[in-house]
Amino acid sequence: MKSDSKRTTKRRINRTLKYAILIFFVIIVLLPAYVLFITSFKGTADADPSRAWYLPQVWETGGWVKAWETLAPSLGRTVLLVVPSALVSAFLGSINGYVLSKWRFPGANIVFTLILFGMFIPYQAVMIPLTQLVSNLGIPQGIPSLMLLHIVYGLPICTLIFRNYYASVPDELIEAARMDGAGILRTYGSVIFPVSAPGFVVVLIWQFTSAWNDYLFAAFFSSGRNGPVTIALSFLAGGQLTDYAASMAGALIASVPTLIVYILLGKYFVGGLMSGSVKG
Amino acid sequence: MLKRAKTWGPGVLLLAPTIILVGVFVYWLIIENFRVSLTNQHTAKPSNKYVGFENYTNLLADPNFQHSLWNLLILTIVFLGGTLIFGFLWAWLLEQPAKGEGFFRSVYLFPMSISFIASGVVWRWLLSSLQTTQPGGERTTGLNRLLDSVGLGFMQNDWWSNPTWGIAAIAVPAIWQLSGYVMALFLAGFRGIPDELREAARIDGCTEWKLYRHVIFPQLSPVMLSAIIIIGHMSLKLFDLIRAIVPDANTYDVQVPATMMWVKYIGSDYADAAAIGMILLVLVAIVVIPYLMYTSRAEKR
Repeated sequence: MKSDSKRTTKRRINRTLKYAILIFFVIIVLLPAYVLFITSFKGTADADPSRAWYLPQVWETGGWVKAWETLAPSLGRTVLLVVPSALVSAFLGSINGYVLSKWRFPGANIVFTLILFGMFIPYQAVMIPLTQLVSNLGIPQGIPSLMLLHIVYGLPICTLIFRNYYASVPDELIEAARMDGAGILRTYGSVIFPVSAPGFVVVLIWQFTSAWNDYLFAAFFSSGRNGPVTIALSFLAGGQLTDYAASMAGALIASVPTLIVYILLGKYFVGGLMSGSVKG
Repeated sequence: MLKRAKTWGPGVLLLAPTIILVGVFVYWLIIENFRVSLTNQHTAKPSNKYVGFENYTNLLADPNFQHSLWNLLILTIVFLGGTLIFGFLWAWLLEQPAKGEGFFRSVYLFPMSISFIASGVVWRWLLSSLQTTQPGGERTTGLNRLLDSVGLGFMQNDWWSNPTWGIAAIAVPAIWQLSGYVMALFLAGFRGIPDELREAARIDGCTEWKLYRHVIFPQLSPVMLSAIIIIGHMSLKLFDLIRAIVPDANTYDVQVPATMMWVKYIGSDYADAAAIGMILLVLVAIVVIPYLMYTSRAEKR
């Protein structure tokens, strides 16, 4: 009896300690967000690095107005860029993953590994001839060329995620469809695609975020006037005489779409990781 | 043979667009890039004279480039170390079902959803070593000020404005942003361990520590390897965060090959830019190719 109560006390201490640590890290992780938020509501004189941690003396929305005016055109462009490229690369990735896991051919593993390597290459290693190639293809700078690049360089990870995801679909289902005389596309349409929703959620979250947040391609393939939101934000925040309130408001505006995606769908993302669909 | 070709033919056909796109945009461009790196294309004027490996030897002999490699090493070590420590710690704390797990997980994961350009806006401030003299003795800024006010004044430093260790300060926001992702990976790893395995070990009289040592840690090592590869190769490519935090792209203190490549590109020095790209590729390949071979072999078994 005595040792039992001792054990519960110990467990209670452990649990309290655990929550204390967890909450401590919540505060640490949220600190930068706090600074972003309060600074975005400060006036010009108040928005000074030495006063970073204090609440605004007067809550003002001038920064938000200026940030919105500067970013608004680029936000529309970014949606136009991100949604189609995420959908196309996800769909192609789904087809690839299906073939590579359920319709294997000799050398399928080598082809898969070669595709996968495309996910790890530093894009710096292809950038110089890539600028040449894109201009030779006659694709306009800005959104059109960025769309092509996000689709192409998104293919490896989409293929990987779907291939791992489809590995958990029983082969018997495919066999049964084949027995019924369904071809490769019919089998995809009637067996694979209907069970693909969790895979699509993970891939679309991933592609949406990475295209929305991309800066490297955007810097090489667009200028301020036709660039996506990261470019517009870097102009807003990068000048010599930066309006801090506006740039912090801008950073928040630019983060809203991906934040919403994570808050609404983050559960599925972690779920997808857990079911082994993203092994990295 | 023909019959077999009939069964896998459609598959190859469906895969063809991807094979062609990846073939052109990855492999052919790498070869093209290599070709440019061997020329003397150092200005906007076209010039294709082959100079062999001259650009590489010049770069490797350049103290600026050597320094960028040093920075890359420090950045990678700190970034990897930090994300692994926090990622593992959080996953371990959340491993056993806990109240509010979803909340903690979301908070730890949310920085991952934000672009480096956006988070750079605030981190540029927090990592500022600026000393302003203001009435009321408010001299220090950003994190330094916070550290000072909670009694950790001794931890104040110049952050990224230090040629030797400054780059480690750039790793701070990178850790902030990606620890949550590593946590998610580890959580997936923890959840992948069957409960029966733990039960069996407990029944056998395993202490908690022994359970971790002999049962759980070994099961987590593939996850750990994935995390190292993902974070490691991200670190080699890291470009936007540095651009967002440090106003001048050509700042010696925090120069890494990726930022130096950008500076060369802006200056129309395409041959040097291509050579830096190749060096980065080799660095990535050294790590990634054995990993890809290992995973494809592990799958066959």
